[in-house]
Amino acid sequence: MKSETWKEMGLRKNEYELIKKILGREPNYLELGMFAVMWSEHCSYKNSKKALKMFPTKGERVICGPGENAGAVDIGNGKAVVFKVESHNHPSAIEPFQGAATGVGGIIRDILCMGARPIALLNSLRFGRLDSPRVRYLFNGVVSGIAWYGNCMGIPTVGGEVYFNKSYEGNPLVNAMCIGILNRDDLTRGKAEGVGNPVMLVGARTGRDGIHGATFASEELSSESESKRPSVQVGDPFMEKLLLEACLEVTRAGYIVGMQDLGAAGITGATSETASRAGLGMEIDVNRVPLREKGMTPYEIMLSESQERMLVIPQKGKEKEVEKVFKKWDLEAVVIGYVTSDGILRVKNGSKVEAEIPARALTEMCPVYSPEKKEPSYLKEAESFDWRKLPIPEDMNKVLIDLLSSPSIASKEWVYRQYDHMVRINTAVRPGSDAAVLRIKGTNKAIAASMDGNGKYCYLDPRMGGSIAVAEAARNVVCAGARPIALTDCLNFGNPEKPEIYWQFEQVIKGMSEAAEALGTPVISGNVSFYNESERGAIYPTPIVGMVGLIEDISHIRSQGFKEEGDLIFLLGKTEPELGASMYLEVVHGLETGRVPVLDLKKEKAVQDLCLEAIRTNLIKSAHDCSEGGLAVALAESCISGNIGADINLVKENLELPELLFGETQSRIIVTVDKNKKEDMLSLAEKFGVPTSLIGEVGGRELKIKVSEFSDEIINLSIAKMEKAWRGAIECLML
Amino acid sequence: MKFGIVVFPGSNCDADVKHVVERVLGFKADYLWHKDKSVKGYDCIILPGGFSYGDYLREGAIARFSPIMEAVTDYALKGGLVLGICNGFQILLEAGLLSGAMRKNDSLQFRCHDTYLRVENEKTPYTCLCSPGEVLKIPIAHAAGNYYVDENTLKELEESGQVIFRYCGPTGEVTPQYNPNGSLNNIAGITNRDGNILGMMPHPERCAEEIMSGVDGRKIFESIVFWLKERC
Repeated sequence: MKSETWKEMGLRKNEYELIKKILGREPNYLELGMFAVMWSEHCSYKNSKKALKMFPTKGERVICGPGENAGAVDIGNGKAVVFKVESHNHPSAIEPFQGAATGVGGIIRDILCMGARPIALLNSLRFGRLDSPRVRYLFNGVVSGIAWYGNCMGIPTVGGEVYFNKSYEGNPLVNAMCIGILNRDDLTRGKAEGVGNPVMLVGARTGRDGIHGATFASEELSSESESKRPSVQVGDPFMEKLLLEACLEVTRAGYIVGMQDLGAAGITGATSETASRAGLGMEIDVNRVPLREKGMTPYEIMLSESQERMLVIPQKGKEKEVEKVFKKWDLEAVVIGYVTSDGILRVKNGSKVEAEIPARALTEMCPVYSPEKKEPSYLKEAESFDWRKLPIPEDMNKVLIDLLSSPSIASKEWVYRQYDHMVRINTAVRPGSDAAVLRIKGTNKAIAASMDGNGKYCYLDPRMGGSIAVAEAARNVVCAGARPIALTDCLNFGNPEKPEIYWQFEQVIKGMSEAAEALGTPVISGNVSFYNESERGAIYPTPIVGMVGLIEDISHIRSQGFKEEGDLIFLLGKTEPELGASMYLEVVHGLETGRVPVLDLKKEKAVQDLCLEAIRTNLIKSAHDCSEGGLAVALAESCISGNIGADINLVKENLELPELLFGETQSRIIVTVDKNKKEDMLSLAEKFGVPTSLIGEVGGRELKIKVSEFSDEIINLSIAKMEKAWRGAIECLML
Repeated sequence: MKFGIVVFPGSNCDADVKHVVERVLGFKADYLWHKDKSVKGYDCIILPGGFSYGDYLREGAIARFSPIMEAVTDYALKGGLVLGICNGFQILLEAGLLSGAMRKNDSLQFRCHDTYLRVENEKTPYTCLCSPGEVLKIPIAHAAGNYYVDENTLKELEESGQVIFRYCGPTGEVTPQYNPNGSLNNIAGITNRDGNILGMMPHPERCAEEIMSGVDGRKIFESIVFWLKERC
């Protein structure tokens, strides 16, 4: 073997030396390839493992946390929900349609191999600015890819978020989340238990696509990335739909010991992970793997990332039954090997041994690194930025319209109307509100789910930004009437070998952990995506939080739209003089700097508890989180969604107008209450220690905002005008 | 009263229809496998929505050759009630049980949102509980609902009252503005001449319970039940 082969495969010198030590000999080409993919950042988390230990992962509802294919939490009634988010950034950057589609396919299989029926998809997307034709191509491709895969699978895409910022121009983010449901007793693990049990490969045939996809995901994007297009897999949602039904059928029949999807690192990943989790070994014969084309080498077979395949470990003697179920669905199910006691992953080609590696060596023994870290210098400058030196626009109506029509704030209807968001008839609150709500059939319960993460905040203050990502996701499900119960996360960062990037990474995790701890929402699964850099530099550090909440009674489901004329509008929480890092500065002044709003976790928890209690006691009729764009944007959204206006009176106090209207102070929720229940709301708020003010009344066809000290209305806009700006913005740019 | 729901590989609204028939209406529903050759013993056959055979080749083009389609055709030609929803409608067109064809939506995109439908003929098994010209709010979810048929057949369909639903505005106005896919004459659903076979693009099973933001879809199912009871 050429001495530099390990280098070409992305391994480091010390890693190559360790491999030789583990094996007690030189690895052959296949073995080296297997190590290279399994020890890539994407599969091994070698740069992130240490920092990830900060996350709180335990809680009374948690059935299983990180380390499995997906996390699971108990929701009562003998049921559990399983969920996880995963990135498919690099593939989507060079082949948006297939890249995004196979991202969806992959996360669905992660949920499926827990034995759960996938019931919802969400996705969090980041692109550059829509004035670039390349960005429009990526945006359009990603959205149609997600739609194609999810719609065909019959799994509704119920929510998510999309932001546009130039930091993502060369490297878009595509994070897909899937939620599944199952009876607790049906939970399946990705474990190859029982020596002598057969190992079956089911679903699609193995082809030459996606070889070294995991390695590709572990480098920066460059002008040569285009040539890596063959590393992108090609999806077939129809095949996966059949696979889904067949896998659930064999699971429910009780034939299965363990199940694992074939994603990154293909057969190598699935066999070594299942064997290693059980502390056992596995022997497989590549000769038995059904192939899409002739002449594939053991290397290609072991590393192929062909989609729509699963590894199934049935009880010995149930092979025929499993085969029969798959045959019913017109799918192949082939025994490729069996579980062994010696802890070795042995790959044979007929009688010839092609590779012999301790399974644990591939999954557990990769060196763990503590990359160098350094606080970036730009932070000081951002912190000292004083927005008060900027001119204040005369016309706040125009500012509000500009904000409503900025693509990051504007309605994402252009996106979600391409997704089937209703199939399976559980979607009680559709996309477009703070969180999506899904009823749980056979119970009186529902779950709410939301995805959040503000990259700009994290860039300007990683620790605070990390906390805010968790808090906002939790606040969103609270607004839907749900108690947040657990979260999954996707951490999208630049190259961790750069000290500034690693510093950001650690700070973000610190902030997220603090918030997750304070809000009682353990981290039950997640994914790290590094090397999100192109020739334009690194993306904003972007942690995405997928939060799931539980609604104990479907009568507690709420949405953001104002409901009835005469209802009183309250602001839970208090607006502070904060304008740094805001959408206002970005849209009005083209600035992305300043001090990030301060999150006080005690205040946050109190506001969320108050909102939930007021929903449970039937005080609150609608609830909407104040986030990007501040109070004025949130009020406009509630007017548009409810198709009814509002009369608002604000007190200026020590605030400047832009802070009052567009500042992004955390821990604030706009709620509406029946006109006879003013005192009830105020006294409940006092009990929870949350500063709460009556700011207006629902009614009319306009949003009117008056501010103390000013005699004229500062804002007076018809719903029609706001809706046109908000709903039409993205469609207009995509024409 | 018993409903049969055909499951093709790739059907994905089968469970939704079953839920509505059993849990909302309180009748029995069985899944019928696409490889079966009989639909005996059922009062109404439903071809549900989804992506039969992944929409490969053309929506419904492969499913129409499924073994069960012969039995469904026999059943329909003898006057049995057959309802095709979305992909089910596309299969009925491909099978020649209804006239016309589906093209891709004029937007060339999948579309999922509420639509308003004007009931154009309330004297069918599927609309007999509706009032003339009633407006129903029922969602669509499809990439190919752009109904097309030749001019003469269109005229015939219109004159013989086979156009059952038309996309319209909230108060029943039929204008291009409310046409979500480019279908001729805003057509959302048609029957055969005898009125026992209905194909419709919108999904009535998605709005049959209060919690699913609307119950207008229930009227279609309740009409079927009413019709079947009256006939007996």
